[in-house]
Amino acid sequence: MSAIWVWVEQHDGEVLPVSWEVLGAGRTVAEELGVGLSALLFGQGIEGLAQDIIQRGADKVYLCDDATLADGRAEPYASLLSKLAGEHKPQAILAGSTSSGRDVLALAAVDLEAGLVPDCTALAVQDGRIKATRPVYAGKLLSNVYSKGDTLLASLRSRAFPPAEADAGRSGETVVVEPAMQPDDIRVEVLGLEASEGTASLTDSATIVSGGRGVGGPEGFEPVRQLATTLGGALGASRAAVDADWIPYAMQVGQTGKTVSPDLYVAAGISGAIQHLAGMRTSKIIVAINKDPEAPIFKVAQYGIVGDLSKIVPAMVAELEKRL
Amino acid sequence: MHTVICAKQTPSTTAILAVEEGKVTWSDPGGSPDIANPWDEYAIEEAIRLREKHGGKVTAISMGPDEAREALKTAIAMGCDEAVLITDEAIKGSDTLATSYVLAKAIEKLGDVDLVIFGRQAIDGDTGQTSMQVARRLGWTPLSFVSSVDELDLEGRTVSVTRAIESGRQKVKGAIPAAMSVLKEINEPRYPSFKGIRKATKYMKRELCAWGAADLDADANRIGEAGSGVNWPEVYSLPPKEGECTIIEADTPEAAAVALVDKLFEEKVI
Ligand SMILES: Cc1cc2nc3c(=O)[nH]c(=O)nc-3n(C[C@H](O)[C@H](O)[C@H](O)COP(=O)(O)OP(=O)(O)OC[C@H]3O[C@@H](n4cnc5c(N)ncnc54)[C@H](O)[C@@H]3O)c2cc1C
Ligand SMILES: Nc1ncnc2c1ncn2[C@@H]1O[C@H](COP(=O)(O)O)[C@@H](O)[C@H]1O
Repeated sequence: MSAIWVWVEQHDGEVLPVSWEVLGAGRTVAEELGVGLSALLFGQGIEGLAQDIIQRGADKVYLCDDATLADGRAEPYASLLSKLAGEHKPQAILAGSTSSGRDVLALAAVDLEAGLVPDCTALAVQDGRIKATRPVYAGKLLSNVYSKGDTLLASLRSRAFPPAEADAGRSGETVVVEPAMQPDDIRVEVLGLEASEGTASLTDSATIVSGGRGVGGPEGFEPVRQLATTLGGALGASRAAVDADWIPYAMQVGQTGKTVSPDLYVAAGISGAIQHLAGMRTSKIIVAINKDPEAPIFKVAQYGIVGDLSKIVPAMVAELEKRL
Repeated sequence: MHTVICAKQTPSTTAILAVEEGKVTWSDPGGSPDIANPWDEYAIEEAIRLREKHGGKVTAISMGPDEAREALKTAIAMGCDEAVLITDEAIKGSDTLATSYVLAKAIEKLGDVDLVIFGRQAIDGDTGQTSMQVARRLGWTPLSFVSSVDELDLEGRTVSVTRAIESGRQKVKGAIPAAMSVLKEINEPRYPSFKGIRKATKYMKRELCAWGAADLDADANRIGEAGSGVNWPEVYSLPPKEGECTIIEADTPEAAAVALVDKLFEEKVI
């Protein structure tokens, strides 16, 4: 039986947290199917990561270390992935649902004429087939998706699967492979990157504190930001706050913003419009702070305080500072 | 300069959905149950702005049932020059693999296209994959998550854009023809003018071009359910949330904050 594959995404030699989650999910599926788990590790100067990946559950690592793979462009990654998949015919290829993960799988799915399931929140094996579950219609419904062919390509949502644990006793094999594209054949050239501060972690964060129109203005975001920092989490926002230019769009959570799934989501001064809920309703614990007891956010929250956030949020910060 | 935009008809963002035996239906007591996919308005706007700057024309394409006309009407009303509806029983049930095949066929048929612009994702399936799959099928430059088009060099046949990705703002340059998906940050879509809406109504009656699978010379095995790589026989509502919201009541905001922090420690989320 053919193996389960996981594309392990790394940036500058550091594996993304979501990739460990995907590796963990891949391990579970592979064991249930009784097949091997292989990892794909592409990039430049990344050889050292192979051992770590083996310790976290891969039986085999296909390693390609090449200059064309240095800046994470989707084309050379996808071409290599589909070339290898064409040769070895894995049952599934899994990746994190990051911008690169989505792009690489989308391109490779065309090469392989294979089924593609983006942004899955659960995987299961049912009658020997892989069942991929994903939210649709802005998270209002769920859908179980199955491949009609031999290979299923799926990207997995951040924080929906437990990460693979390292086990120093594990061993595996590393197979070095050649790149599939020549530098001149790649249609995209990277001119530069202006690294973002803090916002990158929004989808990976275990804790998110978001502010809405109820914070009242750009200064109103300060206590909300403080609470996020005190909790070691990321700052989020509703569209109303973004549209008012109180906070950059990169922090918008919701149907036309980011989809997040933290352990703790604090919504301060957010009414809980359906488009906002679309981006955060899969959070484990939702806390609502709102002065309107009828606000729809309380319908999805586990804990709520009806009151003025400009008093409650600083009080939370003060209390946490005492205890953390 | 010929730009194509791909737009889809989707349920409104406030639509109330119902599912029965895997089939989804919807209604919207507050307004129209069907709208042009909100993300696609950014694609339309960007294409129009590029035309305003560089000349040429913009063609809107939508694939779907006859109702998909509404998405095209929005496109024309906003200022697109032409619209093509791709509709056929045979394309029903297409996943992104089959959809991208059909859209790529239509773009090839148009012939002289330099750029195709897509929305980031359609708010029904929420897949966000079609744009890159079309790029791959056409062999064009794939540019996803574009937050601004920085330079379009028609002489040199290149386009430079900024992409908003997890690691930051990445500037890239690629050869034309290219296919891109755009983000909300890219622009502020205009409202259709009264004149635009009138023009669109007329256009939809007289000039709209409708193509079927045969017009595209599409391979029957690559469209609709037959051409799809996945199927999704089970669609269902979310399991209801367990338990009610615990409202924390206290005499002062400080006391409420302390009680909430206690709960969060108990839940082990701090
Ligand atoms: C196509 C489309 C896409 C959209 N996409 C998104 C999206 O991605 N994300 C998103 O968030 N929205 C989105 N929206 C917008 C959404 O419909 C709502 O308008 C938006 O979420 C409202 O933001 P809000 O909750 O901050 O503001 P409001 O709805 O105005 O709510 C503010 C809340 O703050 C409370 N409040 C006020 N003052 C205080 C105070 N001092 N203390 C405590 N509480 C206070 C009020 O009681 C109120 O409940 C979208 C809409 C459309 C049409
Ligand atoms: N049936 C369709 N007709 C026209 N454009 C489409 C269609 N489906 C998807 N698109 C385009 O592809 C983008 C991404 O859609 P999706 O991959 O379905 O989330 C949309 O924003 C549209 O621009």
